[in-house]
Amino acid sequence: MTWEIVIGLEVHTQLSTHSKIFSGASTAFGAEPNTQACAVDLALPGVLPVLNKGAVERAIKFGLATGSAIAPRSVFARKNYFYPDLPKGYQISQFDLPVVGNGQLTIHVPASGKTEAHEKVVRITRAHLEEDAGKSLHEDFHGMTGIDLNRAGTPLLEIVSEPDIRNAAEAVAYAKALHTLVRWIGICDGNMQEGSFRCDANVSVHKPGTPFGTRREIKNLNSFRFLEQAINYEAHWQIETLENGGTIQQATVLFDPDKGETRMMRTKEEAHDYRYFPDPDLLPLEISPQWIEEVRTTLPELPQAKQARYVNELGLSAYDAGILTASREMADFFEATQRVVPKDAKLCANWLIGEVSAQLNRDGLEMAQCPITAQQLGGMLKRIADSTISNAGAKDVFRTMWAEGGDADAIIEAKGLKQVSDAGALEKIVDEIIAANPAQVAEYRGGKEKVFGFFVGLAMKASKGKANPAQMNEILKRKLAG
Amino acid sequence: MLNSSLLQLGAALRARKISSVELTQLYLDRIATLNPELNAYITVNPDMSLAQARTADERITQGDASPLAGIPIAQKDIFCAQGWRTTCGSRMLHNFVSPYDAHVVSQFNSAGAVNLGKTNMDEFAMGSSNETSHFGAVKNPWNRDAVPGGSSGGTAAAVAARLCAAATGTDTGGSIRQPAALCGISGLKPTYGVVSRYGMIAFASSLDQAGPMARSAEDMALLLNAMAGFDERDSTSLQREKEDYARELNKPLNGLRIGLPREFFATGLSADVAQAVDAAITEYKKLGASVVDISLPNSRLSVPVYYVLAPAEASSNLSRFDGVRYGYRAPEYGDLADMYEKSRSQGFGAEVKRRIMIGTYVLSHGYYDAYYLQAQKIRRLIAQDFTEAFQQCDVIMGPTSPTTAFNLGEKGDDPVQMYLSDIYTIAVNLAGLPGMSIPCGFGNNNMPVGLQIIGNYFDEARMLNVAHRYQLATDWHVRTPSGI
Repeated sequence: MTWEIVIGLEVHTQLSTHSKIFSGASTAFGAEPNTQACAVDLALPGVLPVLNKGAVERAIKFGLATGSAIAPRSVFARKNYFYPDLPKGYQISQFDLPVVGNGQLTIHVPASGKTEAHEKVVRITRAHLEEDAGKSLHEDFHGMTGIDLNRAGTPLLEIVSEPDIRNAAEAVAYAKALHTLVRWIGICDGNMQEGSFRCDANVSVHKPGTPFGTRREIKNLNSFRFLEQAINYEAHWQIETLENGGTIQQATVLFDPDKGETRMMRTKEEAHDYRYFPDPDLLPLEISPQWIEEVRTTLPELPQAKQARYVNELGLSAYDAGILTASREMADFFEATQRVVPKDAKLCANWLIGEVSAQLNRDGLEMAQCPITAQQLGGMLKRIADSTISNAGAKDVFRTMWAEGGDADAIIEAKGLKQVSDAGALEKIVDEIIAANPAQVAEYRGGKEKVFGFFVGLAMKASKGKANPAQMNEILKRKLAG
Repeated sequence: MLNSSLLQLGAALRARKISSVELTQLYLDRIATLNPELNAYITVNPDMSLAQARTADERITQGDASPLAGIPIAQKDIFCAQGWRTTCGSRMLHNFVSPYDAHVVSQFNSAGAVNLGKTNMDEFAMGSSNETSHFGAVKNPWNRDAVPGGSSGGTAAAVAARLCAAATGTDTGGSIRQPAALCGISGLKPTYGVVSRYGMIAFASSLDQAGPMARSAEDMALLLNAMAGFDERDSTSLQREKEDYARELNKPLNGLRIGLPREFFATGLSADVAQAVDAAITEYKKLGASVVDISLPNSRLSVPVYYVLAPAEASSNLSRFDGVRYGYRAPEYGDLADMYEKSRSQGFGAEVKRRIMIGTYVLSHGYYDAYYLQAQKIRRLIAQDFTEAFQQCDVIMGPTSPTTAFNLGEKGDDPVQMYLSDIYTIAVNLAGLPGMSIPCGFGNNNMPVGLQIIGNYFDEARMLNVAHRYQLATDWHVRTPSGI
């Protein structure tokens, strides 16, 4: 019997509030060390925490977006441990009564190896609010450690999944879906380099039908690639260990991206006793149904709802709908483009997924940095739709627009790309071609339909590429039929 | 001048019979003379106090009629005050100069009061005799061999010895009321949440409450008017309308129902204290009050419950004192763990370390349910007892402390004996109720006895009225220690 890998993820998302979760200091990234740490963040004697409502609203948004239960009453607890970048000697977090519980996220797992692309529902156990710690700087000070408390008190939402994930690909799909969602609903900027989105992976292996194995937790994975590599390495290591007659000890491990290995940080025996207890400085967090409803009105249409609408109302394929809702920026761009050419959703989808994405990719740009606007793209698609330009002409317009800007009509005019749709002129061209190539005409009429392409080529050439292809085809067919 | 009430001092200042600078200097001179022996202050800073006094004089000249403008008030050294060394009675903070003002301090500053100095206290407010202070014990002005009580012992001694016009204290399990009783002054712990804890160095956050300590109920009403009020920087501060705590001071006491908990008059109470408290009750009857026999059955559990909950919170609250950012750091250490260990071992005194260890233990995995959770349940039962009692009476009265002031060193080796000194006061903190102590006589050794008055939630104005009418009829509160 083969081994089954069991994975649960804990994802720390930094919430996009301007000020910290328990103080008024700024959360902006990259300031000089300790310039964004006020008396509360420094844990001076006598200071007290005051909860930032914005952080709570973001947690509620997340709960609504994942169909989770939002606790009418949740409690902040102190997690006690000593570390120089933890100024109070405890982290304010939530323990047995978190703000969000029992939700789920549907993920799309792409095809890989033997497994086909599939959808999967991953259950979310809970999500709780907590504050981040500061940073220890070991490199810059010879023989000493520097402490930067700018990050101390930054609001985090820790999202904990059930152990529903069965391989690294699913884990990455889940992490990506979560990453999309938190940016989509505007609660986290998702910047992984700056640490706004970090994953811990709990990994164990077992034989199906037997109880789950002992898990090891891989800490602080800040890229999807590392997440995948670390899980693959760890699962492989655990299986090998067990097959060699060894046992797995519950432990926390770190992933070394240079070596591609996980290594032991501490075992269960060495684990801290955090001595959680309710923080007496903060009252229980009470969330009224009215508050939840207020937050609900600020929630954008979610990716899944959009996908369904694109398929059912706009007639797009599920595949296209999935790509168009991969990010909020993409979906917004699509919808803005589609507003210009309301009847041609498929055309919009094709161009966005095709040319626009390819061009962005080539230039290393994000959707938000796209050099052309939805208005510009829509303006061009309108001219494809009304047959003013051919597809070939459109590519020319698009390249010019991308490089130099300008609107489609002006470019079409300037480059003389307008199609010839004058039936008389096209018939004249066709008549001349038929007259000049009697042998091929005979072949065609004899049943060799392949020759049709030959005539199309000649006709396009004769019209200098400006002939409306559909119309030209129709005339050719009619006249060749005799 | 030294025996004037705050109202009288305010009137004298506004009538220019005396300036704030002169009054401040008068107290500074007394401190210079008496403090070396009494040790009531940890820090005085004449330059800063006199500068504040000059500003107050200008305010008064410009017609400022704030009742506290120009009046020198001492702050317990648990309150952060900008530019002032703020030690909390500990070596750990022996060199900490606060960059900000506690809410209480800024309230007094904006009322125009003068900060006269920082008073001595048990280390991190943990103690009932003021003997755990890193800056040495405080002597009781009534008898220099006796303790002043604690933890607000420096404040109590300073008020009793006329080393300030009035002062602040904090009370976690009796730290305002017990020293007030032992030094023959008046002290009030308000309802939890009435005075902001912002800037007050935390001992046990769910129990800590600041309050006034003064020579009379009337003075305390004036002080509480300045101290109380909502502060958004403290999430446990209560959003209530501002009230005048002096509004009911003179109301007659006819019909007042006094509850006497039988548990407060049982074994353990010394006879001389019982006698003085009985006499006070008799006086109240003369003033029109009636007496109701009540029971607080769970109050016997308040000391053990307190010594689970308060150390639990303290063990976490005191974690920030780690030698990293401010305060004491051991001069020599090896690695990080050694730096923590040495700094905290050397920076904290024995009683503080004892409570950190108790607190760490009761919060530990496997013990939490049996200690912390169980104590929280009993805490609710204790509060419930009071709720039921207040259906039969308006205020509850009894002794503040089972004995008068004991001698320095007398209970040094026996923490449990020391803890029992707060047996009548602790339940009030656990319930979050307001409690008060006022002088009501003297014991066998001629040391003061305190009468404890416990009110229902937010009944401070009524309690002050109850105390004030008694102080109009008696003179215990104006007695002065000899040689003062």
